[in-house]
Amino acid sequence: KQNAAAQKQAEPAVLQPTPQPKDDFQEELVVRPLHSGDIYASFQFRTLWETDFMRGNKVSHYRLFPKSLGQVISKFSVRELHISFTQGYWRTMQWGQPYLPSPPGAELWVWFQDSVTDVDATWKELTNVLSGIFCASLNFIDSTNTVQPSASFKPLGIGNVTDHRFLRYATLPREIVCTENLTPWKKLLPCGSKAGLAVLLKSEKLFHSSFHSQAVHIRPVCQDWQCKTTSWELRQTLNVVFDLHNSGQGKREWSLFKMFSRTLTEACPLASSSKIYIDITDNPEQFELSPATSLLSQAMVLGDRRTFSVYDLTQQDTFGSVRSLNLLIRWKSTEGDMLRPLLHAERYVAGYGLQTGEIHTLMYNHHPYRSFPVLLLDSVPWYLRLYIHTLTVTSKGKDNKPSYIHYQPSKDRVRPHLLEMLVQLPPNSVTEVTVQFERALLKWTEYTPDPNHGFYVGSSVISSLVPSTVAMDTNSTRERPLFSSFFPCKEESSYFVRVYTEPLLVNLPTPDFSMPYNVICLTCTVVAVGYGSLYNLLTRSFQIEEPSPGLAKRIANVIRKMRGVPPL
Amino acid sequence: MGLLSDPNRRRALINLLTRLNAPICVVCYMAGVAWFMGLAFEPFTLRTYMSENAMGSTMVEERFPSGERAVATGREFAAHKKKVSGMPVEWLVKTMQARGLEVYTQRFSRTLPFPDENKERYMVKGTNVYGILRAPRAPRTEALVLSAPCTPGDNNNQAVGLLLGLAQYFRNQIYWAKDIIFLVNDHDLIGMQAWLEGYHHTNTTGMDWSPLQGRGGSIQAALSLELSSDVVTSMDLVLEGLNGQLPNLDLANLFYAFCQKIGVLCTIQGKLQRNDWDSVSGYSHAVQTMMLMVMKQASGRPWGDHGLFLRYHIEAATIKGINSFRQYKTDATTIGRLLEGMYRKLNNLLERLHQSYFFYLMPSLSHFVSIGYYMPAFGLLAVILLPGVLSVLTPLVISHLTGAALYMLPIRFQEMAVEHFPVSETEAVVLTAIAVYTAGLALPHNTHRLLSGEGTEQGWRVLKLVALLYLAVLLGCTALINFSLGFILALTLVPAAAFVTPHVPKVLSAFVLVILSPACTLLFSVFFFQELQEMPVSFLDGWLLYLSVISQGILDHFLYGSLVYPLIALLVYPCWLLFWNILFWK
Repeated sequence: KQNAAAQKQAEPAVLQPTPQPKDDFQEELVVRPLHSGDIYASFQFRTLWETDFMRGNKVSHYRLFPKSLGQVISKFSVRELHISFTQGYWRTMQWGQPYLPSPPGAELWVWFQDSVTDVDATWKELTNVLSGIFCASLNFIDSTNTVQPSASFKPLGIGNVTDHRFLRYATLPREIVCTENLTPWKKLLPCGSKAGLAVLLKSEKLFHSSFHSQAVHIRPVCQDWQCKTTSWELRQTLNVVFDLHNSGQGKREWSLFKMFSRTLTEACPLASSSKIYIDITDNPEQFELSPATSLLSQAMVLGDRRTFSVYDLTQQDTFGSVRSLNLLIRWKSTEGDMLRPLLHAERYVAGYGLQTGEIHTLMYNHHPYRSFPVLLLDSVPWYLRLYIHTLTVTSKGKDNKPSYIHYQPSKDRVRPHLLEMLVQLPPNSVTEVTVQFERALLKWTEYTPDPNHGFYVGSSVISSLVPSTVAMDTNSTRERPLFSSFFPCKEESSYFVRVYTEPLLVNLPTPDFSMPYNVICLTCTVVAVGYGSLYNLLTRSFQIEEPSPGLAKRIANVIRKMRGVPPL
Repeated sequence: MGLLSDPNRRRALINLLTRLNAPICVVCYMAGVAWFMGLAFEPFTLRTYMSENAMGSTMVEERFPSGERAVATGREFAAHKKKVSGMPVEWLVKTMQARGLEVYTQRFSRTLPFPDENKERYMVKGTNVYGILRAPRAPRTEALVLSAPCTPGDNNNQAVGLLLGLAQYFRNQIYWAKDIIFLVNDHDLIGMQAWLEGYHHTNTTGMDWSPLQGRGGSIQAALSLELSSDVVTSMDLVLEGLNGQLPNLDLANLFYAFCQKIGVLCTIQGKLQRNDWDSVSGYSHAVQTMMLMVMKQASGRPWGDHGLFLRYHIEAATIKGINSFRQYKTDATTIGRLLEGMYRKLNNLLERLHQSYFFYLMPSLSHFVSIGYYMPAFGLLAVILLPGVLSVLTPLVISHLTGAALYMLPIRFQEMAVEHFPVSETEAVVLTAIAVYTAGLALPHNTHRLLSGEGTEQGWRVLKLVALLYLAVLLGCTALINFSLGFILALTLVPAAAFVTPHVPKVLSAFVLVILSPACTLLFSVFFFQELQEMPVSFLDGWLLYLSVISQGILDHFLYGSLVYPLIALLVYPCWLLFWNILFWK
């Protein structure tokens, strides 16, 4: 540790004598044993750098911040960039809320600087560059799946530009995430996967799980309390849920080695902080933890007060005498019932047949007495033609009129439908949003490969400030001074949640692609034989052919012709 | 087309056709029937083959080990079923949860339009229980279904046991790419209908059901399991679904391929396949198998729980375990491995099953007759109608009104009938139907009273023309959707249509026409079906069976939306009445 710190001091002095590079790297792993017996591991790696990419400032010396992303920020004048790759669907009913939600497939949303003149062209170029950086099919993002949400995606960093002309949002629900996406993601870390928490990121284990999500978030943040200087924050996150039945062999026992087939021996030498948090709020009734730690930390997470055991990897004694840390969690209780998260949503396609259908979005508010508003964002591809007049929003059997609707109709082959609504969810209710659609018949070159698989519709996004559960327990048994507990304090009274529904797989009327040949043969025959002869019969005039006249008559006719009299 | 443009030669051709009309018709009819019978002859049929590349080989390893435990679970299920005398919902929920599934229930209720005496039910209330195995790292877009009905009595307990055993085994595997839904449906078809309607949020039959809480995206394929003994001798595949719809042939191929691989005897229509196609008995065996399929398909009813999936474009089949006196027995472990193999293959599917045929007949499990081969048989029958091709509006309208009466009155007037006659509701419905049907025979006299003048020679010719065209279109459309039904109807209606004129001997012709009417066709079909199943019945039993078939047909329409009853009542019967009208033309 001291060695690393010394290096950190010494290195810039050698390479670059003048300014002290103001960058900082932190790594963190949160492990939460889930209600269902599964286990949730969330990695966060944060790089902060006090620099200015904008205003023609050529930044050429990179230390902790990855150069590839720095160049992207300055070239495309990016204010904020959020990209996530997810394989699987977060099961809110069993696992509760995730620390960082993301939809299945790839999601990308970017706020550009207001200096950008042609946002669409920049966006197009940016997606192609990112596609190369992350080895993903982001180049399939084009105008038909890009929208500009007016309210759902506000900037998360500093700056108050909220003109949604500078925002672009796109999802690729069919994107498959695998090792090839993980490797470039790991390369962005200062220590790569050589040291620190990142040694745990072995793809054969990460992709042997129920859920895998990796993301990159870039945003400008304040450096100090007064916000005199800003710096750029790069946050790389990776969330993974291991399945009890598949990898735990049914035994409720987890260890770092069992999860990642590695143990930890050191922190990343470049990191200023390197910690593991284990959520022990339910301890000791449900599970036990070894080795034990005396370091505890409390935090408000998603509206709930949680207690964590903290392991500081920068402290040598964390690793003990064996010089390696292998956390062991033994889960005691039996598998629980399903959870009732306060906000929960699901979506499905109703109806049968290939002509019409109906999209149902269900939003559950499980809060016993508080209603709260949610913002629903739906982006539907053009080939599902939404009948927007059939849009209904009902709660508890009654019509629930949204207080804000932003709807942008689709244009065939140009842009998708965008529907944003602000809906108030009554307490303890299910709100159902339905809209009917008609399936378009595509041109035969527009079908994707394997057209009978169906076409994807990306997840709906539900963003909301949810009343926290802490505010709910009025007669708290916790040790709290009475004067502090009468009014719910503002920070704790509600928290932000974003919920993604499942994507939809919709079958469109699909031709049998081997059929055209048969059809061509058949139609040619029918046209030639049937239509030809019928047309012939209808248009030709028939006359009885007169028997050829005798010799005398022919002579008479010649004479009559010479006389100018009509022939006999 | 000099032949048609030249008036002389055209006239000659027409003369030839008119002169030879009767012999040509006879020849065509015979040829049609002969062609159809030839379809069962093995050298004329194609061997089945797997079209879907994703399911191309059976190279998966089946490792399902716990057949014994599944049988024990089945016994436990039976005990709980007996205890609550019905669906043991709580036990099922607990058991599925213990196996790591997401479990949901669905309540439903349905009052039948009239009591169903065969299954002894009128006001049906039940609960479906289903557990979803979530595929790891899959976004809930695709699902497969394995279902087992919870039937009253001692039946099907082993099916539920095996379903739970498979659920436990599947849960511990990592290769699933689609969610798998394990469904135990109450009250067999009614429960299945409720579940499917709930899943797709449609309501086609006016059933009450509670909305589903959990879903798995679009269902790609489904299998329904029926198993009533610990060991079986063979597995039977049932394909015929609602309205004669059939699943993609690849599903049958998949079943056949895995039966061959694992070494399970497999049957279709309960018939083993034989190798001696060149012997008379071998051929008649194939004919019997094919005719059973034709009869079942023509009935338009679902012959297993899978039948209702087909409406939602979900390929589905029922697999039935049959235990006969044969020596060779298969245990639950082997059946489990068979299903495991099939599900692993279905799991590999990228697209839904679409490569193979949707229109086919099967004379044996290894051979099939595609639409291209069977349609000529129908075409030969239908061609008879064409050479025979609207002052006749009145009989047309009246015939259809009679048809509408046949469709509506039985249900409407059951209460009145029960009050006035000593019959039960079911009998009332069936007897009303028969009464309306018979009353229609008095139609010609009434029609003439409405007609202004005497019927002319021209008049009946036009009526016959219209009737023939009507029949041709009707049968053509029916045969496209449900070949078997179309063919059976054509077999009887076409001769009737061809010979009838006002100038044939009245009494004899009337008798023949009645014999060839749709109702009598149904009666013969009932006897024939029993004969095929090698369970011949006496006339009285046959008659009772006939009555119950009618009531079942009406029930199928109201419960699951089967279209056979309205088709017969609203279209086929009026059409036949037109010919009846022609016979009694004055």
